[in-house]
Amino acid sequence: MKAFLILEDGHVFTGTSIGADREVISEIVFNTSMTGYLEVLTDPSYAGQAVVMTYPLIGNYGICHEDMESDRTWVDGFIVRELSRIPSNFRSRDTIQHFLAKHDIPGIAGIDTRALTRILRENGTMNGMITTDEHFSLEEVIARLKAYAAGKVVERVTCKAPYILPGDGFRTALLDLGAKENISRSLHQRGCQVTVYPAAASAQEILSGQPDGIMLSNGPGDPKECVSIIEEIRTLYQTDIPIFAICLGHQLMALATGADTYKLKYGHRGGNHPVRDLETGKVYITSQNHGYAVDADSLDPAIAVPAFENVNDGTNEGLRYIGKNIVTVQFHPEACPGPRDCAYLFDRFLKMMEVKSHA
Amino acid sequence: MPRNPEIKKVLVIGSGPIVIGQAAEFDYAGTQACRSLKEEGIEVVLLNSNPATIMTDKDIADRVYIEPLTVEVAEQLILKEQPDSVLPTLGGQAGLNLAMELEERGFLRAHQVKLIGTTAETIKKAEDRLEFKRTMEKIGEPVAASLVVETVEDGIAFTNQIGYPVVLRPAYTLGGSGGGIARNQEELEEILSNGLRLSRVGQVLVERCIAGWKEIEYEVMRDGAGNCITICNMENIDPVGVHTGDSIVVAPSQTLGDKEYQMLRTSALNIISELKITGGCNVQYALDPESFEYCVIEVNPRVSRSSALASKAAGYPIARVAAKIAAGYTLDEIPNAITGRTKASFEPMLDYCVVKLPRLPFDKFISAKRTLTTQMKATGEVMSICDNFEGALMKAVRSLEQHVDSLMSCDFSDLTEEAILKKLEIVDDRRIWLMAEALRKGISCEEIHRLTRIDLWFIDKIALLVEMEQTLRTQELTPELLKEAKRIEFPDEVIARLTGKTREAVKEMRLRNGITAAYKMVDTCAAEFAAATPYYYSVFGSENEAVRTRGRKKVLVLGSGPIRIGQGIEFDFCCVHCTWAFAREGYETIIVNNNPETVSTDFDIADKLYFEPLTPEDVEHIVELEHPDGAVVQFGGQTAIKLTEALMKMGVPILGTSAENVDAAEDRRLFDQILEECRIPRPKGHTVYTAEEAKQAARELGYPVLVRPSYVLGGQGMQIAISDEDVEEFIGIINRTAQDHPILVDKYLQGKEIEVDAVCDGEEILIPGIMEHIERAGIHSGDSISVYPARSISSHVKAVIEEYTRRLARSLHVIGLINIQFIAVGEEVYVIEVNPRSSRTVPYISKVTGIPIVPLAARVIAGHKLRELGCEPGLQKEADYYAVKMPVFSFEKIRGADISLGPEMKSTGECLGIARTFHEALYKAFLGAGIRLPRHKNLIMTVRDEDKEEAAVLARRFEVLGYRIYATKGTARALLEADVSVRLTRKLEQESPNILDLILGHKIDLVIDTPSQGVEHSHDGFVIRRNAIETGVNVLTSIDTAKALAESLEHTDAEDLTLIDIAGIGTGS
Repeated sequence: MKAFLILEDGHVFTGTSIGADREVISEIVFNTSMTGYLEVLTDPSYAGQAVVMTYPLIGNYGICHEDMESDRTWVDGFIVRELSRIPSNFRSRDTIQHFLAKHDIPGIAGIDTRALTRILRENGTMNGMITTDEHFSLEEVIARLKAYAAGKVVERVTCKAPYILPGDGFRTALLDLGAKENISRSLHQRGCQVTVYPAAASAQEILSGQPDGIMLSNGPGDPKECVSIIEEIRTLYQTDIPIFAICLGHQLMALATGADTYKLKYGHRGGNHPVRDLETGKVYITSQNHGYAVDADSLDPAIAVPAFENVNDGTNEGLRYIGKNIVTVQFHPEACPGPRDCAYLFDRFLKMMEVKSHA
Repeated sequence: MPRNPEIKKVLVIGSGPIVIGQAAEFDYAGTQACRSLKEEGIEVVLLNSNPATIMTDKDIADRVYIEPLTVEVAEQLILKEQPDSVLPTLGGQAGLNLAMELEERGFLRAHQVKLIGTTAETIKKAEDRLEFKRTMEKIGEPVAASLVVETVEDGIAFTNQIGYPVVLRPAYTLGGSGGGIARNQEELEEILSNGLRLSRVGQVLVERCIAGWKEIEYEVMRDGAGNCITICNMENIDPVGVHTGDSIVVAPSQTLGDKEYQMLRTSALNIISELKITGGCNVQYALDPESFEYCVIEVNPRVSRSSALASKAAGYPIARVAAKIAAGYTLDEIPNAITGRTKASFEPMLDYCVVKLPRLPFDKFISAKRTLTTQMKATGEVMSICDNFEGALMKAVRSLEQHVDSLMSCDFSDLTEEAILKKLEIVDDRRIWLMAEALRKGISCEEIHRLTRIDLWFIDKIALLVEMEQTLRTQELTPELLKEAKRIEFPDEVIARLTGKTREAVKEMRLRNGITAAYKMVDTCAAEFAAATPYYYSVFGSENEAVRTRGRKKVLVLGSGPIRIGQGIEFDFCCVHCTWAFAREGYETIIVNNNPETVSTDFDIADKLYFEPLTPEDVEHIVELEHPDGAVVQFGGQTAIKLTEALMKMGVPILGTSAENVDAAEDRRLFDQILEECRIPRPKGHTVYTAEEAKQAARELGYPVLVRPSYVLGGQGMQIAISDEDVEEFIGIINRTAQDHPILVDKYLQGKEIEVDAVCDGEEILIPGIMEHIERAGIHSGDSISVYPARSISSHVKAVIEEYTRRLARSLHVIGLINIQFIAVGEEVYVIEVNPRSSRTVPYISKVTGIPIVPLAARVIAGHKLRELGCEPGLQKEADYYAVKMPVFSFEKIRGADISLGPEMKSTGECLGIARTFHEALYKAFLGAGIRLPRHKNLIMTVRDEDKEEAAVLARRFEVLGYRIYATKGTARALLEADVSVRLTRKLEQESPNILDLILGHKIDLVIDTPSQGVEHSHDGFVIRRNAIETGVNVLTSIDTAKALAESLEHTDAEDLTLIDIAGIGTGS
C-alpha cells in the first residue's frame, strides 16, 4: 500500500506503508545508528516522535526480544529506506514487519531517507504526518502539523508504581522519567538493589527509602514541561546523597538549580558523538538521543560547571555540581544502542556511593 | 596534545614492489601520510623501491630514495639523511618488517632515531604469535586454540590434540603467504613445512579451525592520549577460511545486531588500548553465527588493505590521521577533512552499503587452481557504493572488467543440480554466479546456506537479483518494473537482454519516465552535518545532491579500475598527475574510478570524485549531469581507452589524441598504411579471424610467429607459436573469452627490444629517454628488465628511434603521450607496437630522467606547445647514471601458475635500481626484487637445446663466482663439454634423490630453467619451477636475465652501495 510522509514545511515523500496503516502526526527526528533499531523503537525517550533511520537497510537481524529497552514500543512512527525481506540472526524470533504491525506502529518505507535527513538538518526538526490516504489536502495537513504539540510525554512513559530489583549492594533509587532498561540493568549487574520510582514520586517518597544513591533517568520531551518533577529534584539536590543523572535527568537537575535549557535545531541521535571529559581531556564516543540541551552560558559556576562537552558542536554534555556528589550527563552511558565506552560512569557512581557510605 | 616539536625530519618506509597481498593501497596510504606530515612542516625522507608509485614523487616527499628495502640500505640512508624519526606503519608488512629489523639490531637506538606512531614493543605484541596470544589472554579476549610451532613434528602433535582441520598461519608474512587449512596429516606436513620456511622467524601458528564462522573486521584508531575510535566495521560474505583480501566484503556489517556489533567494537578498542597502538589498526574476528562466541583472528598494527577499503567506504582518511597522530596530535585536535567542521574523533556513520569484490588473476594464470583459501590471490579489488546491497553488488560486479555485468555472466546452466551442490562447497572466484544458478535451478536458500555457510541474508539478496532476472524475462517491462530493476542496479544492457529490447529502447523508456541516476555524497556522518567534500556515488530513485558546476572548463578523467596484471598502479600515477596538471591549468577536474586502493580515489585529488563502475552507461549518467568540456582517456589504461567510443557518442570531446588515431594504431590495416607512409618497417604480419586463417598466415610468415588478440593490455593471450598445433591452441584460448576484435599473427623477430615514451604536441615530440630490455624480444615488456639509458645500441639506432617516434607521433596526430616498442636487429629498427597513450613505463622514465611527462602531456592536451612550456623537443640528453626497472612476480601466491615468462605479462609489480654504474643499478634492482644472493652458492641449470651454448658460458661465470652447479642430463652434458664442473642430478621422473629433492632440500639459491618455446608439453619443467618457487628459491626462465644477474654479481660490492635522491634529479619544467 502506498504511504505518504508529509512535512510541516510542505515536503511530501511517497513510499510504501509498513506496520500499522493508521494515520499519525508526530515530531520527525533522525537517528544515525547503523544498528539497534529495536532498541530505538522501544526507547521511551522517543515517545512523541517518529524516527527516521539514516541507515538504509533495517530489519536485517530481525527481532531479538531481549534487546528491547522497555516492554513496548514508544515511537509514534518509523521511517526507513528499506526493510529486509528476511531476518537473519540466531536470536531473532520475529520479523520487523510483523513486530511493527503487532505494536501498531505506522511507518513508511522506500523513501529517500537521506533527502529527508538533509531537510531536517537544514530546516530543523519539524512535525510530520504518515498517512496512507492518497486524497490528503496538503494545506489542511500542514495546518494540522503546525498546530500539533506532543506534551505530557513523561507521564505516558513512566512506570505506574514503584518496584524493586533486589540486590545485595548499594540501595539505589531510580527515578523513571522514561528509563531505558539498561540503566537499571547496569546498576543491578553491579549488585545494586534498584528501587524504581514513577516520575510523579515525591522527593520525600524517594528519600524515605534511604537510598545510597539516586539515579535520574533519561526521558522524552521538553524538560521545561516537567515543572513539578523539577521541584522534587531541587529537594533531592539539597541532600548530600550521590546523584547520577542521564539525559532528561541531567536537564532537569540543571533546571532545578537555576540553569536554562534550549531546543537544538535537530538534536543528537546516534551512536557516534564524541564527548570530551573536561577533567581528563579524554574523548569518548557516546550514544545520544536528545533534542534539548543545557545552556552552558546559563550556569552559575558556584553551583555547577561543565564536566563534558560535545567535540562536534561544543554543546554541553554533562555537569559537575560544586560541593555536591552529583554528576549528570547528557549522553547515554547505558548505550543500547551504541558504544559502551562510558559504562565506566556507572562504576564511578558506585564509587560515589561507596565514598559516601564510608564518610 | 599539540604536535611534537622534536619531530623535524621523518623517514617514511614504503612497501616496495606491488605483489599479491601488498598492492596499491600502500601507495595511497603512504602518499596521504607524507602529505599530512609535510602540511605540518615536517621534512619527509622517503624510502621505497617501487618507482610506479605516487609517494615516490618529489611533490610528495622532500627526499626520495627509490632503493631496495633492505636493512643495509635503510641504515645507510639513515646515516646519510639523519632523520630524527622513522614512521614504520604505513609501508605495509614490508615496511613494518624493515623497521623492526632496524630496531632489533639496535641501530635506531644507537643513532637516536625514534620509531613514531606505534612502538616496536607494540608491533611485537601484535605480530609475534606467542606474545599476541599472551596479551589477548591477559585481557580476556578469546583466541582460537592455537600453538606456535617451529617444527613440523610439534605441529602434528598439537593438531592431534585439537583435531583436524587446522588453520596454519606463518608469522611475519604478507597476504597470508604460506598459510592454509590442513584437513589431514599429509596436508599439514606440506603446508606447515612450507610456512616455516617462508616465515621470517621460522614460526607458524597452528590454530583450531573456525571455518564457517562469520568473519568480521574492525578498523580502529587510537591516539597518544589513549582516545580510541572505530572507523568502520566490515563483514566478509565468505565465512572464515577465505583470506579477507579474496572475500566479498560488505561495509558496514549487515547481519550483526547492535549487541554483536558493540561487543566486537568494545573488544577491538580493548585490544588497541592494551597494545598501546598509536595510529590505525585492523582487528579481525571470527564470530559464531549461532552464539555470541567469538575469537580474535588477527591484529594488524598498521594501515592495511582493509584500512584503505575502510577509508574509502567510510570517507575517513585513516592514513592522514594516523600520520597526524604520529606527529603528536590527539584525535580531537585533528579536523575531519570531509566535513570540514567536525573533528577526527568521531565515528563515521554510513547511510549506504559498500561492497568490495576481489580482482583475481585466473584469467592470466589459466593453469592455476581457482580455489580461494587463507592465502590471498587477488591482485586488486573494486568497491561500489549504493543505498541497497543488491545494487552495490551489481555495480561491483560490472566494475571488475572481467566480461561480467550481472549474475548471469558466468554460465553454469549446463551443470546438473547435483554438480552444483557439490561445487558450492568449494570457494572460488565464481561462487556468487554459481549460487545464482543454484537458485535458478530451484535449490533453496537454506540448502545453499548449509553448503556455503554464507549468511542467509546475503543469499536472499542474491535470490532477489535472480528473481528480478526472471521477472524481466517473463513480465512486461512497465515503468514500475524498470524503476525497481534500476534501483538494484541492473544495467540497461542487461535489462535489454532479458526483455528482448534494445539497449536504446530501455534507455529511452528510462528517460521518458524520469528514471535517472542521482548522486549522493559520502560525508562520514549520514547527512548529520553539511559536508565540504564532493565524493559521490549513484543511486536510482533518489534526490540528486551533486550540483552541476559551471564557470570553469571541466575535464573528466577516467581512471583505470582494479589493479590487475598488465594494468597496475602506474596508470593511477598517470591519472593523478594528469588531474593535478589540469587543475593547475585552471580546469575543474572530475575523476571517475572504482578502485579503493588508489590515490586517485582519495577525496582531495580531484574537484569531484565519482566512485562508480567504468562502463559506458555508468559514465554516461555522470556526463548527463556534469556536461564536461572534455574527457581524458589516455592515462587510465585500457579501461579508459575502451570508453572512448562511448564518450564520443555521448558528445564528449576526447581531449588529446583523437579516437580515430587511437584506432589507427590498433587497426592492423590502418596502421600498416601509416607505417608505409612513414617508411617504417615492422615485422610482417596478418590480421585473421579464424584458426585456419591464422595457420595459413603463420606458414606464409614462417614460424615462430606471435599470436595475439588486438585491443588488450599486458599481452593478454599473446603467445609465441612454433607450430600449427600451437596456433590452434592459442586461437582456442583467445576465443574462450568474448572477442569482438580480430586476431593478429606476426613474424617473431629475435632482437633487442627497445621502448620509448614520448610527449607530442601534434608537431614536435619530446622523448625523455630510450629504454632497452635485457631479455630478447618474446618476453612481455612488462616482465622484462628495462635499462635506461639504453646501453647496447648504437647512436645510429638511437637516432632512427627518435626519427621513427617523431614520424609516428606526427602521422597519428598524437596530442599527449605515445608509447612505442621497437625491435633492433643489428642496425635495423622495426616497430612492433604503438600505443598512443600512457604506458607502464611512464612513472619510471619520469622519475629517472626528472622530466614530468604526465604533466607535460596534460598541458599539451590543454593546448600548449612543448616549446611554450620551455622544453627543447627531441630526444633528451642522457642522464649520467643508470636506472634499471626490474619486474617482480607473485608466483608463490598462485598455486599451479606457470612461472615461465613469455609474451603474456605475469609480473605484478616492479622495483628500481639506480646508480652511477650499470652494474650497481642492476645489482640494486635484483636486490629490490628480493633476489639476495648468495646464500648457499648452489644453483641448478636446466635449459632448452637452443640455449645450451650460452648456458655453458653462463655456468662458467657462476662457477668463477664460487657457485656449485647442478644440472640434469642434457644440460650437464653440454656444460661438461664446455669444461664446466657440474654435478649431475636425476630428472623428476627418476628415483630419489632427484632434482626435486635437491630443491626441497633448501640448499639451492637459484634455478635457471629455460622452457622450450611454444606450448610446453613437458610437465617436468612446470613441476620443477613450481616447487622451486614454493620453496622460496629464485627461478629465472630467461637466459638473458640469468646473464644479467651474473654480471651484477661479478661487478658489485654489496657492502658499498650509493644512494641517489630522486628528488634532486632533473630540472623539471
